[in-house]
Amino acid sequence: MSTLLEVHDLNVEIPVPHGNLHAVRGVSLRVDAGEAIGIVGESGSGKSITLRALLGLLPQPAKVTGGSILLDGVDVTGLPDRRRQKVLTQAMSMVFQDSLTALNPVMRVGEQIAEVPRRRLGMSRSQAHARAVELMNQVGIPDPERRYRAYPHELSGGMRQRICIAIALSTEPRLILADEPTTALDVTIQAQVLDVIDRLRREQQLGLVLVSHDLAVVSQTCSQVYVMYAGRVVEAGPVRALLERSRHPYTYALLRSVPDPDTVVRRLLTIPGQPPDLTATPDGCSFAPRCPFVAESCHHQDPPLVLLADGDGQRAACLRSDTALHWPEWSDRAILEQLDAEQAAAAALLTEQGNAEVRS
Amino acid sequence: MTAAVFPGRTLTAAAPRKRKRKRNIPLIAGLTLFGLIVLAAVCAPLLTHWDPIQQDLLHARLAPGAPDHLLGTDELGRDIFSRLLYGARIDLRVGVLAVVSPFIIGTTLGLIAGWFGGWLDTVIMRVVDVVVAFPFLVLVLALVFALGAGTGSIYVAITVVGWVAYCRIVRGEVLVAKEQEYALAARSSGLPTWRILFRHLLPNVVLQAIVYSMSDIVLTILAIVTLGYLGLGVPPPTPDWGSMIEDGQQFLLTQWYLATLPGLAVVLTGLALALVADGLVEHFGRR
Repeated sequence: MSTLLEVHDLNVEIPVPHGNLHAVRGVSLRVDAGEAIGIVGESGSGKSITLRALLGLLPQPAKVTGGSILLDGVDVTGLPDRRRQKVLTQAMSMVFQDSLTALNPVMRVGEQIAEVPRRRLGMSRSQAHARAVELMNQVGIPDPERRYRAYPHELSGGMRQRICIAIALSTEPRLILADEPTTALDVTIQAQVLDVIDRLRREQQLGLVLVSHDLAVVSQTCSQVYVMYAGRVVEAGPVRALLERSRHPYTYALLRSVPDPDTVVRRLLTIPGQPPDLTATPDGCSFAPRCPFVAESCHHQDPPLVLLADGDGQRAACLRSDTALHWPEWSDRAILEQLDAEQAAAAALLTEQGNAEVRS
Repeated sequence: MTAAVFPGRTLTAAAPRKRKRKRNIPLIAGLTLFGLIVLAAVCAPLLTHWDPIQQDLLHARLAPGAPDHLLGTDELGRDIFSRLLYGARIDLRVGVLAVVSPFIIGTTLGLIAGWFGGWLDTVIMRVVDVVVAFPFLVLVLALVFALGAGTGSIYVAITVVGWVAYCRIVRGEVLVAKEQEYALAARSSGLPTWRILFRHLLPNVVLQAIVYSMSDIVLTILAIVTLGYLGLGVPPPTPDWGSMIEDGQQFLLTQWYLATLPGLAVVLTGLALALVADGLVEHFGRR
């Protein structure tokens, strides 16, 4: 399979009043034609910014400060802005999270699908109309001729997201970037929409980058997963490998925090602590303050993303990944201790506040 | 199974349904009132046989209800009703026309400033700041005074001063809209910028400007009336509400209706347009 898109060492910075927010720090990705990759991470980990940087759609003060983007093996980073934008938008298109805001509220959905075929691909009015109806059929919209004339608010969430997918397909892209496409939908519709995306990917050999905070969604659709934390890829590799033997404590903790539906859950295992402040660049691993398996060296050395010797293509950025075998026995105790400490601190704070109120 | 539980309903998405329209009373009332005013202005020759500039000093300052003069006559014996009707022709035309060009110029510049940002935004908005720094009427007066009285200079003066409001409104709306995902989606599909601006953004940001334009028409009519009152408006003897108020004010204690009736006409027009503006917000807000 040919490599469609390669990203090397992408850096995005956002100037803020008190410094520089380093939102994406050295992210590298690769997508082949017909391949689906997933990017997982919590809010603020830089996954959406990464996608928007690929299309040149960063919000205003944000800037790409380093890295290169290769399309079909050709480096497009050096091209003039306008030219690069054109090359990139011709090759890929994006599906957004909230289908209600992603559609123009005052334009009929059919016209929105037909717009690019008509304006950019040079079709006649009737050809563009036919193309739009065909696309609506492809994404599973019943009675497309009638829905062509609907406004976005007249359709349900699932239908709207299908329209968004149809619009994304209307540019005849080779790569689809999907930014949490199913997060705003309920679970049954989620599955339907994912099916549509997956079917189109297989039928048309599209590349797919699926961003989500839902590991289940990603593991269903993608073959490769990138786990992002604080603007970096901390672990990457084939889905199976990552799910079965994660070698980064963050991935491990993410997986642990998914409750098992078959056992009685006494306590949800969350990840204690907060994601780090991205304006400061601390020495050492950015997950170290929250890591249950932290060692002294973690605070001083920022681990690079390295290929693991025993995994098939699995990579992790952790100094302690060789101790992963012991994590299950360590983790419950360590995490619970951390959570207990956190709760105790919160309780103490509350009591103190209560006392202060009583006193005042 | 499903059909049994929810008879007559399928689980596919609802088809575009017909919206149940609640009557939009402000819009209907406003349009009716404004329509009546426009109709009266257009049909002026049918509603009265009096020439609005024909003087009749023997029948000056007749009270409303006088035989043959529905609303009386002014100090030169001209029929007030007829002058109100013909005055509406001038004032409405100037009011509406004087709003069109600021609307177009302000909206376009606002779109450009908001979308492109950077130095373009800075330059446009600093010019706006300069114009806003002067009170509206003072600047209009100064410009009309410099250009010489007459409808032509009124158009120019109000355009020069009035576009800034539209520019600010539209720019603000664009700043919000351009970060909306549909704007990002349009950009990511590689459409030309002008098309994104006018096809995708404009219909979403123009509503506030339209609503403002309704009250702006009133403001403009007021400005024209004020100009007329100061002798800088439509040159006499052409009837216009402003000069009627000016002429009538000297008789305010004896013949109060001379100044009050044209004032009332201004108020009614303002009310009609304000209702239309309210109704428009309700109409589009519901979408």
